[in-house]
Amino acid sequence: MSDVTSTTKLEQAATKAAVMNQLPADKESLGQSPLHHADFASAAKRGAQKGGIHLSELALLGHLTLRCDAGNLEQLAAVEAILGVPLPLTPLTSVEKGAYSVRWMSPDEWLILVPGLEAFSIESQFRDAMPGHYSLVNSSGGSTVLMLSGDNAVELLQKSTTIDWHLSVFPVGKVVSTLFAKSTATIRRTDDQRFELIIRRSFADYIWLWIQDASLEYGLVIEA
Amino acid sequence: MTQHNRLTSGGRIDRSTSMTFTYNGKSYQGYKGDTLASAMLANGIDVVARSFKYSRPRGIVAAGAEEPNAVLQLGATEATQVPNVRATQQELFNGLVSSSTNGWPSVDTDVMGMIGKIGGNMMPPGFYYKTFMFPESLWETYESMIRKAAGMGRAPRETDPDIYDSINQHCDVMVVGAGPAGLAAALTAARGGARVIIADEQNEFGGSLLNSSEPLDGKPAADWVHDVVQELRAFENVTLLPRSTVNGFHDHNFLTVHERRTDHLADIAPAKMVRQRMHRVRAKWVILATGAHERPLVYANNDVPGCMITGAVSAYINRYGVVPGNDLVVMTTNDYGYQAALDWAAAGRKVVAIVDTRSVANGDRVEAARQRGLTIITGSAVIEVQGSKRVTGVSVAALNASGTQIVGSVTKLKADTVASSGGWSPVIHLSCHTGSRPVWSDAVVGFLPGPTLQKQLTAGGINGQYETANALQEGLEAGQQALAKLGLPDVELVLPKVKTLNMAAPMSLFHVPHLKPTSQAPKQFVDYQTDVTAAGIEIACREGFEAIEHVKRYTAMGFGTDQGKLGNINGMAVAAKALNKTIPETGTTVFRPNYTPIAFGAIIGRNCGALFEPERYTAMHKWHVEQGALFEDVGQWKRPWYFPKAGETIQQTLNRECLAVRNAVGILDASTLGKIDIQGKDAREFLGRVYSNAWAKLPVGKCRYGLMCGEDGMVFDDGVTACLGENHFLMTTTTGGAAHVYEWLEIYHQTEWPELEVYFNTVTDHWSTATITGPNSRKLLEELTDGDVSNEAFRFMDWQQITVAGVPARVFRISFTGELSFEINVQANYGMAVWEKLIEAGKKHGLTPYGTETMHILRAEKGFIIAGQDTDGSVHPYDLGMGWCVSNQKPFSYIGKRGMNRSDCVRENRKQLVGLKTKNPKQVIPEGSAAVLDPNGVKPLSIEGHISSSYWSETLGRSIAMGFIKGGLDKMGESVFYPLADGTVIEAEICSPIFFDPKGERQNV
Amino acid sequence: MLHIYCPHCGEYRDEEEFHSVGQAHIARPLDPEACSDEEWGEYLFFRKNPRGLHHELWVHSAGCRKFFNMTRDTQTYEIKEVYKIGEQPTVVVQLQAVSGAQS
Repeated sequence: MSDVTSTTKLEQAATKAAVMNQLPADKESLGQSPLHHADFASAAKRGAQKGGIHLSELALLGHLTLRCDAGNLEQLAAVEAILGVPLPLTPLTSVEKGAYSVRWMSPDEWLILVPGLEAFSIESQFRDAMPGHYSLVNSSGGSTVLMLSGDNAVELLQKSTTIDWHLSVFPVGKVVSTLFAKSTATIRRTDDQRFELIIRRSFADYIWLWIQDASLEYGLVIEA
Repeated sequence: MTQHNRLTSGGRIDRSTSMTFTYNGKSYQGYKGDTLASAMLANGIDVVARSFKYSRPRGIVAAGAEEPNAVLQLGATEATQVPNVRATQQELFNGLVSSSTNGWPSVDTDVMGMIGKIGGNMMPPGFYYKTFMFPESLWETYESMIRKAAGMGRAPRETDPDIYDSINQHCDVMVVGAGPAGLAAALTAARGGARVIIADEQNEFGGSLLNSSEPLDGKPAADWVHDVVQELRAFENVTLLPRSTVNGFHDHNFLTVHERRTDHLADIAPAKMVRQRMHRVRAKWVILATGAHERPLVYANNDVPGCMITGAVSAYINRYGVVPGNDLVVMTTNDYGYQAALDWAAAGRKVVAIVDTRSVANGDRVEAARQRGLTIITGSAVIEVQGSKRVTGVSVAALNASGTQIVGSVTKLKADTVASSGGWSPVIHLSCHTGSRPVWSDAVVGFLPGPTLQKQLTAGGINGQYETANALQEGLEAGQQALAKLGLPDVELVLPKVKTLNMAAPMSLFHVPHLKPTSQAPKQFVDYQTDVTAAGIEIACREGFEAIEHVKRYTAMGFGTDQGKLGNINGMAVAAKALNKTIPETGTTVFRPNYTPIAFGAIIGRNCGALFEPERYTAMHKWHVEQGALFEDVGQWKRPWYFPKAGETIQQTLNRECLAVRNAVGILDASTLGKIDIQGKDAREFLGRVYSNAWAKLPVGKCRYGLMCGEDGMVFDDGVTACLGENHFLMTTTTGGAAHVYEWLEIYHQTEWPELEVYFNTVTDHWSTATITGPNSRKLLEELTDGDVSNEAFRFMDWQQITVAGVPARVFRISFTGELSFEINVQANYGMAVWEKLIEAGKKHGLTPYGTETMHILRAEKGFIIAGQDTDGSVHPYDLGMGWCVSNQKPFSYIGKRGMNRSDCVRENRKQLVGLKTKNPKQVIPEGSAAVLDPNGVKPLSIEGHISSSYWSETLGRSIAMGFIKGGLDKMGESVFYPLADGTVIEAEICSPIFFDPKGERQNV
Repeated sequence: MLHIYCPHCGEYRDEEEFHSVGQAHIARPLDPEACSDEEWGEYLFFRKNPRGLHHELWVHSAGCRKFFNMTRDTQTYEIKEVYKIGEQPTVVVQLQAVSGAQS
C-alpha cells in the first residue's frame, strides 16, 4: 500500500476501508428481500382487506450503519453535509428528511436508511468527506423493514415486546432496539398507530409467522 | 334433579337463562351467573371429593379461591381436560363437564375410604416419608400409587386446541382486587390522571360487596359498583381486568396477571379467541386490596360435608340465591359470623342456633340476631359434628374463658349445616412473593403485610379492615398516596355512606377443644386439602420439629394447590400451642407464586409449536427445501444436513456428496458463518490481541486463519479473517459462536482497551456465502465471472472483488475441504440469484450440493478441527497440534498467552488431538468412545482419551477418526482400544489427523 | 424480573434485554507475563459472592449493546446505582458495617 501514502488525508482514509458497490446492474429482477417468498403483493390482492393490523414490507432499501464520535464536531458537520440532517444525538430519537432517515442506536452508532440505489453513493460520500475515526457498514442485505399499523398495532407490539408504547412515553419519532418475541427488532414510531420495524434477515420468517399468529384475533391486512 | 336449594328470587343470577352441566356423568341445571360450586350446591350435591390421605368425603367449604375441596377436573373431550379447577371460581356455562379427581370407583362409594376409617391411625404425619422412602429404587412405583390414591388431577393426553398468550403492560398504579377498597383506590388514581390497571379474579367487580346485603348510600351495593365501573371504563388510561388473578408479585413491581378470557364461555374457546392471557405488568405503584379469607374453626369431624365458613354461606345466599342446607348452626368467635345466620333466616330457612365462643356477645349484628329471635348460645362451641356424607347433628358444650377446655355438659342439636368463623386472615400472599415476611397483629388476630422494598400500598381487608366503610376509606387514601408519590394532583372522592356497625371484640380461638385429648378425639382438620389434623401437628411438634417451616414440610400442611389459604393460620396456632409459644414466636411460612394454579399454556404463551424457537434461514433456504434437503440445527440456524436422492441411504448420500467434491465440484451454503466487519486504525492491533497468531503483516487482499482463546488459553472459536483494507477486516466465526465472539470483542474494547480506535459491526445476515469446492470449481467460476481467477492471478488465501453471475462479490479463495475452493460472498438479497446461476452453470461440471455432514467428513479427512466438536474448553492450540497458529513474538500479551503457559498447560501427558485409524478399516468408532491402553486390564480401566470426530471416508475407502489421547503426539503408531457398550472392542492406531493429501497440494492448484 | 436503567439509553428496560457478565472492576493485569500462576488464577477464576452489595458488569445486549456497571443488593435485588465503564461506584459497603457484622 506504499503507493497511496502520497494521497491526501481524506483520500487516504477512504482507501483504508474497502468500499464496494454491492448492487448488480440488474437490481430489480435479481433482488430478493428476506420476505420475498411470502409474496406480499399477491397477499395484498387476495387476502383480507379489513382488520386491526396492517402490514407492509419496505424491501431492498439501503441500510447503512454509522459508528462515530458524537462529540466530534467535524464528524457531525460532515454527516449533516451528506445527509442534509444532523445526527440525532439524544438517545432513542430519530430524524427524517425526504427519503433519508437516521436512528440513534447507541451512543456511537446510528442506522441510516436511504433508497436502495443510493447506498453506494452515500457510502462513497462518507468515505470522501468523513474525517477521523469512524466506520460505515452497508448492511442492506442483512435486514428488512416492516411497516406495522392499525387499531391494534400497539397491542401486537405489547404481545411481542416489553416496551411501554404509551404515547406519553413513546412519542412519534422515538426509536428502540429491543427483543421482539424471541428475536430482536429496531422499532420506530412514525405515527400514533404506525410503526417501522427493522428486523434481521435470518429471523424474518420467524417474525412473519409470529405477526400472523399474534394478529389472528384482530385480522391481518397485507399491503403491497 | 331439581335445584331444591335455589331461592325463587334474589342473587346476581339470571333465572331466565338455564344452563346444563354434568358432574361425574350426571346432568344438572344451573343458571347464568352461577359458579360451578353454587350450581352444585343448588342441586344439593354434598360430596365433591375424597380426601388426600384418609379418603373421607368432602363438601364445598368456601365460595372463592380459598376452597380446598371442590378442586375438580374439567373438560368435555380428552384434548380439553383441565385439572385443578376450583368449582368456586369456575363460572357455569352450558355444556360444562366436570368430575371429581379422586375417589374410586366414585366419590360416593370409595374403596380407599375404608383405609381412611380403619387405617387412620396407621397414617401419622410423615407417613409417606417414613414408609415409602426406602428402598429408594422403588420410589417411582410408590409415587404412581400415591398419585392415583391421592387423586391428583390429570393433564390432557392430546394437544390442547386453545390459544394462550401473554401481553406486556405498563401502568402508574396497579390495583389488585376490585372490592370496596380496590374500587375506591382505582377511581381515585384514575381521576388523578394516573394510568391504572385494576384486576380481580372474579367475573364481576365488587368483591365482598357482591356477597353482602349491606346497602351503600341506602341503595344496593351493586349499584355503587356499577357506577364506579362505568366511570372507570370511560377513562382512556384505565384497563379493567375481570376474571384476572394477580398470581405473582415479583421484584421491581413486576406482576403476572392470569386472565381467563373464554373459560366461562365454553369447553373450547370460540374461533380466533385467546383462551387465557398472561399480563406481564410493570407498575410504578401497586395497591394491594386483596381482602381477607375467613378462617374456619378446628373442631372434631369438621370436614363432614355441610361444614362451611360463614362468609361462604352469606355469599351463596346473597350472590347466587342458593341456601346450601336447611338447618344451620353457626359457631363464631366474632360478630361477623352472625351475618350468615341473619342471611339464612332471611332466606326463610331454619337457624338452629348461633354458638358464640365468647361469654358475652353484644355487637349490633348480635342484637339484630336477638331481635330476629334467633337462638344464641354464648360461651360455648361446637366440639364435634355427626354424620359422614352430610352433617346430621352437632355436639355443643360450654368453654372456659380462654377457650382451652370444655367446662360444661354436651348438648346435641340436629342440623345439616355448620358455618364456622374463627375470624378473618388478611390475604397477604402477594406481599410475601418478593421475600417480605408478614407481621402478626394481636388486634387483627392475623398476619399483616410486612415491610417491603416494593413500591406497594395496601388497603382494606389486607390490613385487617373488614368493615366496608373502613375499606372504602383506606382505598381512597391509598389512591391519594399513589397520586402523591407519582407527582399527580390530589383528588377528592365522596365515598358512599355505609352504616357503621358497633362491633364487639373477637375472641382469639383457633382450635376448639374436645372432651378427649386431641390425639384421641375424632379428627380435627386443619388443612383439608392435605388431610393435616391438629393431632398430626401436635405429633410433629412432639417429634422435635420446632420451626414452622419444618412442621409444614413434615405434615404437608399448606402443600396443597390451595397453599393452605384456609388452614395455615390455624395450623400455626396449633403448633404454637403445642410448643408453648405465641403465634408470632412460632412464626409463619411465606407464600410464593402462584397464588392459584395456572395452566401451563398460560405460562408458555405462544412460545410453542412452530413458534417455540426461532428458525433462522439463509437467503437460499427455499431452494434447499425444494431440493429435499434434510436440515441440521446449528444454534437457531437451519442448515442443510444432506441432500438425499430417491432411494439413497444417508451413507450413500454422504458418499456421493464427498466423491463429487473430491472428483468434480460441490456447493455448500456457508451463509450461517458469523461475520464481523472491523474498521479503524487499530483493527489490526486488536486482531493480534484476540487471536493467538500474528496479524501485523497480513496485507490487503489476503486472508488468514486464526484461533481465538480465552484468558485461560483454551480455544473457543476459530475462523478466517480477511484484510479488506489497511484499516478494514472481515472476521468470520463459527456459526454457533457468532454472538459470543461479537460480545467478546466488544467487552474487551469497551472495558479493557477503549483507547484502541476500532469499531465492530455484525454483518452475518448481510452476506450470503456460496462455497464451491473441488477440482472443477475454477472452471465453474470462470463461466460466471469477469475476473481473472487463474491460479496466478488469484492465489490460495487471497480474496478478490469480482462479479459473479452479474452480481458484485467478494470471493475468498480459502478451503475447508482441502480442495480448490472459492467462497463467494454477495449481498444477501442477491444470494439466491447467484446460487441459482451457479447451480445452472454447474450442471455440466458435475456440481453437487452438499450439507454439513459431508462438510464434516471432508474437513476431517484433512484433519481440520471444528471448534465445539474437537474442542471442549479444555484444549489449547498446542493440544490440538496447532502450535503453528500461535505467535509468541507479538509485543502485546494476547488473550490466551499467559493462560497457555500455566504449569498445567505445559505439563507432560496432556490430552492431545491425533488421528486414529481402526485396524479393521470398515469399523467406524462411535464418537465419544473412551480410549484405553489395555481393554483386558483391571477395572476400572484408566481412560486415556476419547473420540471427538469419526466418519466413514468414501474417498479413502476406510474409517477415519480424530480424538484425544494423553501424550498422543508422541505416540504415533501405537495402538489404543475403544471398548463399546455392546462388549466389543475396537483397536485403532494413533496417527496424524491429516488423512488425505497430507502435503496440501490440491487446494493450491 | 429486574427493571434496569440503561445509562446509555437513558431509560428503564426489562431484565431480558440485558446480560449479566459477572463481577465488575476485574482489571486485566497490565503485564500478564509478570503474574505468577497463582496471581493469574486469582484474576481468572476467583470472584466475590457477597450477600448484600455487589458491583456487577452488565451489557444491554438486546438494546444499545453497551456495557455498564451496576451496584446491586444480592439479597434484596435492589439496584442501588448504575454507572458507566471507567466510573467508580458511589454506593459501597461501609467498612464499619462490615466490622460490626463480624463482631
